[in-house]
Amino acid sequence: MSNLKTSFSKNLKQFVMLITLMVIIIFFQVLTKGTLLKPMNVFNLINQNAYVVVLAVGMLMCILTGGNVDLSVGSVVAFVGACAGTMMITWKWDPYLSTFLCLLAGIVIGAWHGFWISYVNIPAFIVTLSGQLIFRGLTLIVLKGLTLSPFPKAFMNLSTGAIGNFMLEINPAALLIFTVIISLAVFFLQLKSFYHEEDEKFMKSLLAALLISFAASLAVFATIHYDVVTHITRFLLGTELRNVSSLVIGLLLAAGVIFIEIKRRADRKRKGYSYDSLEATLIRALVIAAGIIYFFYLLANYTGAPVVLITVGIVLLVYSYIASKTVMGRHLYAVGGNEKAARLSGVKTEKIKFLAYVNMSFLAAVAGLIFSARLQSASPQAGNGFELDAIGACYIGGASAYGGIGTVGGTLIGALIMGVLNNGMSIMGISIDMQQVVKGLVLLAAVAFDVISKQKISFPFLTRIFHRRTSAG
Amino acid sequence: MAEALLEMRGITKTFPGVKALDNVNLTVQEGEIHAIVGENGAGKSTLMNVLSGIYPYGSYEGDIVYEGQECRFLNIKDSERLGIVIIHQELALVPYLSIGENMFLGNEQTGFGGINWDLTYQKASEHMLEVGLEENPRTLIKDIGVGKQQLVEIAKALTKNVKLLILDEPTSALNDEDSLNLLNLLKKFREERGITCIMISHKLNEIAYVADKITILRDGSTIETLDNTHGKVPEPRIIKGMVGREMVDRFPKRVPDIGEKLLEIENWTVFHPLYTERKLVDNVSVNVRRGEVVGIAGLIGAGRTELCQSVFGRVYGAKISGTVKKAGQELVLGSAADAIAHGFAYITEDRKGDGLVLSNSVTHNITLSRLELVSSKGVIDKDRERHAAEDYREKLSIRTPDVEQLVSNLSGGNQQKVLVGKWMFAQPDIMMLDEPTRGVDVGAKYEIYGIINQLVSEGKAVLMISSELPELLGMCDRIYVMADGRIVGELPRAEASQEIIMGMIMQASKGAQTT
Repeated sequence: MSNLKTSFSKNLKQFVMLITLMVIIIFFQVLTKGTLLKPMNVFNLINQNAYVVVLAVGMLMCILTGGNVDLSVGSVVAFVGACAGTMMITWKWDPYLSTFLCLLAGIVIGAWHGFWISYVNIPAFIVTLSGQLIFRGLTLIVLKGLTLSPFPKAFMNLSTGAIGNFMLEINPAALLIFTVIISLAVFFLQLKSFYHEEDEKFMKSLLAALLISFAASLAVFATIHYDVVTHITRFLLGTELRNVSSLVIGLLLAAGVIFIEIKRRADRKRKGYSYDSLEATLIRALVIAAGIIYFFYLLANYTGAPVVLITVGIVLLVYSYIASKTVMGRHLYAVGGNEKAARLSGVKTEKIKFLAYVNMSFLAAVAGLIFSARLQSASPQAGNGFELDAIGACYIGGASAYGGIGTVGGTLIGALIMGVLNNGMSIMGISIDMQQVVKGLVLLAAVAFDVISKQKISFPFLTRIFHRRTSAG
Repeated sequence: MAEALLEMRGITKTFPGVKALDNVNLTVQEGEIHAIVGENGAGKSTLMNVLSGIYPYGSYEGDIVYEGQECRFLNIKDSERLGIVIIHQELALVPYLSIGENMFLGNEQTGFGGINWDLTYQKASEHMLEVGLEENPRTLIKDIGVGKQQLVEIAKALTKNVKLLILDEPTSALNDEDSLNLLNLLKKFREERGITCIMISHKLNEIAYVADKITILRDGSTIETLDNTHGKVPEPRIIKGMVGREMVDRFPKRVPDIGEKLLEIENWTVFHPLYTERKLVDNVSVNVRRGEVVGIAGLIGAGRTELCQSVFGRVYGAKISGTVKKAGQELVLGSAADAIAHGFAYITEDRKGDGLVLSNSVTHNITLSRLELVSSKGVIDKDRERHAAEDYREKLSIRTPDVEQLVSNLSGGNQQKVLVGKWMFAQPDIMMLDEPTRGVDVGAKYEIYGIINQLVSEGKAVLMISSELPELLGMCDRIYVMADGRIVGELPRAEASQEIIMGMIMQASKGAQTT
């Protein structure tokens, strides 16, 4: 029981965030009379908010270094969009080359910010505020105040539309790739679960990887060959799905989540670390799995999972890995948690801050490309106020305004809360002005909850009144 | 006999894990200058913070009776209303405001529709005249010297109708002339205006010159109050009161096994990072041998911390000159990372401020300074990391339910052990320990001493700063005495005693007084 207790209090904030997100979804589902979770709306919701998630992850890295934010991201999004538009539409350059150059531009912009912030010691607020003006201005100059469109098809395929229904026929290459990915994943998971000194861990892991990936590929082959999913869905739901593949992706992800959760618990138990109770693990795994399946089921009813989910998924995976598993990530948390202590521990604090800002603008460039592909145009007013959505998502997602605390997972939840709020209120026909009021209050409430739950706040004036009363009486 | 102006009875103040004040009694008569002396950490400043309401009523035990009335101050405004004004060692003036503005800060002379500047500067001039400060009241604080700034603080106290003036080491930053002026001013106020004064000081000659009564604090308790009105109290008498502590068997035994010189610091000079004219460490040469514990004694501000921090990859100070040699090899350590790579460790005196990342777990703190030992190609191996953390938790008996516990949830003594463990994990050859047992209870102290002995028995060299003389005498093979940034003495353990060390320090400050 004590184990459950420790894990619960440790994860309290994340649980609260997740529950808040669910409550908000149900709330808007009722208020919009079911429109919120209509397949088409879910599809739009993802496309509308993909860039917020990408920006928020970058912003989290900045905030972790000590509560610094980057105010320039909206302008960088616009500027990168403008560059992409000019290269691809005006100059008719190759879309892939242009994409690469745009990402490079993001890195250069980030290096510019990072240089002033970490090596000249100018507050991040000022540097990025200046960046906001500079890059908004440059956007207008590059575009000459005009909107460029349309982008070539190859570019738009990168981030619009849906993942096709690949389950219609067997594609040997895809199946091979799938098998390799599964076996690699199993191999490394298995390898990690061993102690260092254990013998034959390579052989054992390899064997497990081969067996499981073979079984998985066989299952996939059979599923596709006999069109199992279609049969099952027809049997269960009485209708056919428009894009069965989406549901299969969802099922695979859900199975992966359950597998990883249970395996992690078993490993921790075996190694003698603290671990959650079986109930807690299962409940968490099943709730998340159910959420994923439902989500992909909704998408399967429409055109399928949006392509942009792949980009967002990669960003989330890569950055949660960096944050939790790498030396770099650890240094980020240390710099934000106590910069002096980090420096005295040999952490190159300037370098860490510099990289956080380089990374921020890089991700802003990614977001800029996603955003302009969705709009199918490069507009001078693109990205206005994006920085505030990203910052808000981080703080709602539990990042500390003083740095050193925050997770990629929390940030994702924060971004989703913001996205659902935006979308739900728009469907309800609430005016933009009122939407801003609500978003502002939600942000304040989230951070206030965080601050109050973390420290016992004393209110000196209350103590004073109290003492006056007692001494008078 | 005059009426007692202030009586503090049975004051006890506890910080988490430490009893800073233990049943302290202090009686101050009206119109006297009352000096409070004691070693660093004896509780002098804490006592004054209780008196002035910085530690509010309810956070301590005991009574404060002032002018015959029991007082319950909730903040500094409450005590100021009754004429109790405290002037801290670190002056609380705003550099970019004028003298006049500073004097009336928080107490602005408002007239109809805003601040009445004519009145402000007129009153400021009057009070400046009283303290003998000849300056234009519109001069900015940053443009006048420290001595004059001290006078501005006193003039500011006068604007608050001060009856009881508390000065915390008022002359520590002043030169002789300014110090003498200040002391004479206090005497003048006592004679002419009956202002009572409590003064914390380390400078015994100043105390002898100005004080009527001397109260000695030691380890958070009042030892005695001496009457200095009739004839001067001899200095050794005061020193004995300050340090006279029973030396029970508080230190684990160690047979010294001393090898060749491992660390040599030569002609080391460091200036203040902001006020680059101020010399903090002055041509210091120090060496430590393999297997040796060397102590540095001195008062706060003697330059000990600055010495160690500047050696440790120049993380503090400006215009640093001198050489550092490890095993005869001259090193240039440009950053903390450099120093760590060359086998140096510096365990800070301020574990919360400079040492630990409180929002991180025990594990993350222990491995932070040498993550490369538990990672490959920049990816942390969490199992190896965990093993290392468990290892040090066991070795140092860190009491925590789990190494994944956040450090902020640990007690002070256990946090200190995490800090020590963190630097042991870094596998250094040379450890510089800055107040390694500050804010740690007796049991944990003993354990830390054991760890230090363990380290030197492995052939490491330990340089240890401590303000607790018994600790230095109990632990060190050799002790350097530092004062005003200089080494003023070097004593082998056999020749050292608290009286000798204190005498050297006092001698040095007196030297600085007269030269």
